[in-house]
Amino acid sequence: MIRLEAVTKRYDGTGAAAVDALSLEVPEATTTALIGPSGSGKTTTLRLINRLVEPSAGRIEVAGRDVMTTDPVALRRSIGYVIQQGGLFPHMTVAENIATVPRLLGWDDARIAARIDEMLGLVGLDPADYRARYPRALSGGQRQRVGVARALAGEPPVLLMDEPFGAVDPIGRERLQNELLAILRRVRKTVVIVTHDVDEALKLGDRIAVLDGGRLVQHGTPAEILLRPANALVAGFVGGDRILKALALVPVAALRRSDGPAPPDRLQIAPEANLREALARMIETGSHELAIAGGGRIILGDVLAKARTSG
Amino acid sequence: MIGQAIALVLARPGEFLDALLTHVALSAAALAVAIALAVPAGLLLSRRAAAALLTINAANVAKTVPSLAVLALMLPILGTGFLPALVALILLALPSILINTVGAIVRVDADVVGAATAMGMTPRQIARRIELPLAVPVVFAGIRTAAVEVVASATLASFIGGGGLGDFITAGIAMSEMSQLLVGAVPVALLTVATELGFATLQRELTPRGLRVAA
Repeated sequence: MIRLEAVTKRYDGTGAAAVDALSLEVPEATTTALIGPSGSGKTTTLRLINRLVEPSAGRIEVAGRDVMTTDPVALRRSIGYVIQQGGLFPHMTVAENIATVPRLLGWDDARIAARIDEMLGLVGLDPADYRARYPRALSGGQRQRVGVARALAGEPPVLLMDEPFGAVDPIGRERLQNELLAILRRVRKTVVIVTHDVDEALKLGDRIAVLDGGRLVQHGTPAEILLRPANALVAGFVGGDRILKALALVPVAALRRSDGPAPPDRLQIAPEANLREALARMIETGSHELAIAGGGRIILGDVLAKARTSG
Repeated sequence: MIGQAIALVLARPGEFLDALLTHVALSAAALAVAIALAVPAGLLLSRRAAAALLTINAANVAKTVPSLAVLALMLPILGTGFLPALVALILLALPSILINTVGAIVRVDADVVGAATAMGMTPRQIARRIELPLAVPVVFAGIRTAAVEVVASATLASFIGGGGLGDFITAGIAMSEMSQLLVGAVPVALLTVATELGFATLQRELTPRGLRVAA
């Protein structure tokens, strides 16, 4: 767990605080997305957690320990860190990059070699093909994957990500996001991810913290942020189609009805499709109801009710 | 004239070899000391932006002082002989190495150093495993420039009694004997070219594989 208590960071010689009395809790094995306009203090907040930045006031705990009384070098070896473009060491091979923290932790060679292959497998890169490559010989997406593999190699319980997919094209970004979600389902990590992309935050965050001017404006689940934005800034940030975005968070199966006759097969939708997709299908086909593959149906009235009431 | 020069060398092989060895020893010693001083100093001076800027500017100014002037300045301080020539050549080699070392470390990608810090490397580990390997190509370019400067300037050591191949050149000029002059000038020219080529190869070999342009 990560806990920030009334943390303030004031850089020397500047009046306004970069982070202003911020309190935030990231429960064990969940992902929190920090989002906000540039200059809102989200990257500073992230860097306070692994002591790349030291607080002017307040208390920061990682796994119950005050970071300011923990040796920064030991602290950082227990926290994975991913930055935009990966920040790979250009003079080291992929294997050497991934081995960085295990080597710092003094693992033996056999364990390190096994871990390198395990990590490459985890991020979907064939070890035999990629182990000996240099970062120069990788695409942007591959670099980002190696960056994630390197961050997780030392088995850190905590993972910090600073705009990890910001430099990747939209299609590659979506694929990397899906892969990250799949990885996080397999390895339980407490994750903080900084992003300026609302859709990325909605997709990856179990919770979202919206920052503005170094202050926490709203903290909640994606549905809470979308359906009950705390102020105009948050509402503007999540966009005018926030109701549709909220519907995209709910699977069709959640509104399954087993009463009544099932609509014809040409109006069928998969149960794991989301309500936004269901609504789009209804608009497209001019039908008020769809058949759910595997049984049951979903009706327009339920979708609209869902959109109005909750998330 | 070339024939005469070769005859001169063959007539007094000991004298020629002595001069050649002195020239190489003087150059190698000066370069070794300069590297030992300038690389660690450059690493230290690159830690603070103001110090780095001051170093690069000061070294650039120092580089404009002619070799002969540096050697001549040694005379009133250290007198004549091998040692003052050595000191002068060290001083000549320092700026190029210093400029390139400071410049190379300062230009190491801040994201890469940031990543190394965030992964829990100590400042020492970052210097040894990240900054220095990444700086090697540029540092070596500085050493290569310095080496060529030193080998060429060692010829002038003769003026302050430092010995070396320059002795033949000064004698040749004094006696208006072109063949004598060539005994000094041709080997110096060859030595300089060999130094350049040798260090270019070394620089390529020492550049980490991931940084080589075509690999």
